Amino acid sequence: MTPEELAAELDRVGYLPDRGIATAAFLAWRMHRPLFCEGEPGTGKTSLAVALARALDLPLIRLQCHEGIDASQALYDWDFPRQLLHLRALEAAGPVDVEQAEASLYTRRFLLARPLLRALEDAPCVLLVDEVDRADDEFEAFLLEVLGENAVTIPELGRVTAATPPLVVLTSNRTREVHDALKRRCLYHWLEHPDLAREVAILRRRLPEATERLAHQVASAVRRLRELDLLKPPGVAESLDWAEALLTLGRTELDAEAAATTLGAVLKYREDARRALSAGVPGSVTGSTIGG
Amino acid sequence: MTGAGASNGLVGFARALRHGGVACGPDRVQAFVAAVGCLDVARQEHVYWAGRVTLCGEPDDLPRYDAAFAAWFGGVPPAPPRARARRPSHLAALGDGAGGRSRAAVLKVAAGDVEVLRRRDIATLTPAEKRHLDELLAVLAPVPPTRRALRRTPARRGAIDPRRTFRDMLATGEAVRPRHRRRATRPRKVVLLIDVSGSMKPYADALLRFAHVVARRMPVEVCTLGTRLTRVTRQLRHRDPEQALAAAARAVPDFEGGTRLGETLKVFLDRWGQRGAARRAVVVICSDGWERGDTALLAEQAERLKRLAHKVVWVNPHAGHAGYEPVQSGIVAALPHLDRLLAGHSLDTLHALLEEVRLA
Repeated sequence: MTPEELAAELDRVGYLPDRGIATAAFLAWRMHRPLFCEGEPGTGKTSLAVALARALDLPLIRLQCHEGIDASQALYDWDFPRQLLHLRALEAAGPVDVEQAEASLYTRRFLLARPLLRALEDAPCVLLVDEVDRADDEFEAFLLEVLGENAVTIPELGRVTAATPPLVVLTSNRTREVHDALKRRCLYHWLEHPDLAREVAILRRRLPEATERLAHQVASAVRRLRELDLLKPPGVAESLDWAEALLTLGRTELDAEAAATTLGAVLKYREDARRALSAGVPGSVTGSTIGG
Repeated sequence: MTGAGASNGLVGFARALRHGGVACGPDRVQAFVAAVGCLDVARQEHVYWAGRVTLCGEPDDLPRYDAAFAAWFGGVPPAPPRARARRPSHLAALGDGAGGRSRAAVLKVAAGDVEVLRRRDIATLTPAEKRHLDELLAVLAPVPPTRRALRRTPARRGAIDPRRTFRDMLATGEAVRPRHRRRATRPRKVVLLIDVSGSMKPYADALLRFAHVVARRMPVEVCTLGTRLTRVTRQLRHRDPEQALAAAARAVPDFEGGTRLGETLKVFLDRWGQRGAARRAVVVICSDGWERGDTALLAEQAERLKRLAHKVVWVNPHAGHAGYEPVQSGIVAALPHLDRLLAGHSLDTLHALLEEVRLA
């Protein structure tokens, strides 16, 4: 497979990658290296992992990071209620040998696999570690070990090693600098907003009922919004939402009135909406270069 | 080109890139060579992307990478370099005033003077006294503010901890007294925004040193404000204060320039604050509040900051002077959105600031 072929596969499942994304994903897959994706929110970091899973026909396992996430939420945990029931059952059956009882408790049967362990066991698969910048430093260090060795040691059971390393995609919105040690083990890709043609193509691909004209209008309006100085510039997800909102209302084009009523699909701050309206963005689309 | 020749060329490019300021260590270079091995080495575009994903580690690396690629391989890189030019820094080092003096001068400051020094305005210190102040700053022991953590830890009271209780039961074979656990506390984020414009010149060095001390003890983001915003957290991570400050000074292009508080605060909130750095954090703005820009923008941004942050503290060196009234345009605009307005002109007032931050 070449990067171009991977791009075609991604295209097939509805994700239109540019050259950089396709090559980065291809290298991550071939070199068995995690891919660290950074970029503005809404540039398609998370959906890249979803699309890779579909394109390569692999299961997708997702780990959403948050402040305070720890190993028992990411890797594995013991199923205490079931262990307790099991112990009670043993006791009810007669006198219990403590050693044996304990051994029977710490078996795979009572192990709850969380996303990272599942990814190692189910490999080959695509593992999405979403918003890793939200986790703490300690968690990064822990992640480093799992990703570096594609293995994890469970004290009571032994070592679990992935037969094939999972294809790992880490995403970050840069709310915080991720540690260099983690980045060093990864390939790095910075995602930009797609250019106009690609965004139109994405809209057309994801919303087949949208006309070329509508897709073009939405994409160029969103581009203009991104150039305004907004608190939250809209991403691709927002353009999709906008186009879908317009279609749901039965609109076939984006005129000033349609834009004003559906602006909430793209802009999520009152200040942003005010700024956009005063800059005349939705209104100007009607008379824009697309022509009638 | 033979295989070895090609890889020599790649390593040479990596060296040139390192020279251009991208921190690509041997493991990254190795990854680069491996990546090119997976691709078509004859196609410049393939080499470009292979290098970009393996050698770069942050957005600031990308323009340098593009420049180095164009210089080494000739022609235009396949992706247009992004307009994010870095201005050269105007300034050599921050601590020049005292740096040249001999250590003997420092020793002349007797121990008894410490109490006096604590209350003296930093702007009025002699270079020798300033050296001494730096030493006093270095031994500050800041304690981070705390927030409740998601994780639970063992405790005497609180919810029952099934795991530990169960372990005990297993060990003794019978029901035991339940163990408890409760929410732990974790350090809360702190953000220091330090005005380094001309009017803050007497304080900026001490405040950056202060930031360095704080950054070594708790999770901190430090940015400098002036005509533009510069993030110096990375530079201040250096263990040695002199090196950290020199690195920070190199990074700040607008030292002793003008102030555009509203605009720089907006840049901070757009790039870092809203995404997480300021969320539920204790934000300390160190500035005298001389705003040359539009105060309406500053008021708007201060309000935005107030909504994001846990506490907003404004430290104004002039607030400690007798007869001070918050009349500077910037302070007036921001005042309704602040939790506290503190002085910050002496070691004592910096102590008070730390206490305020700890209890925030």
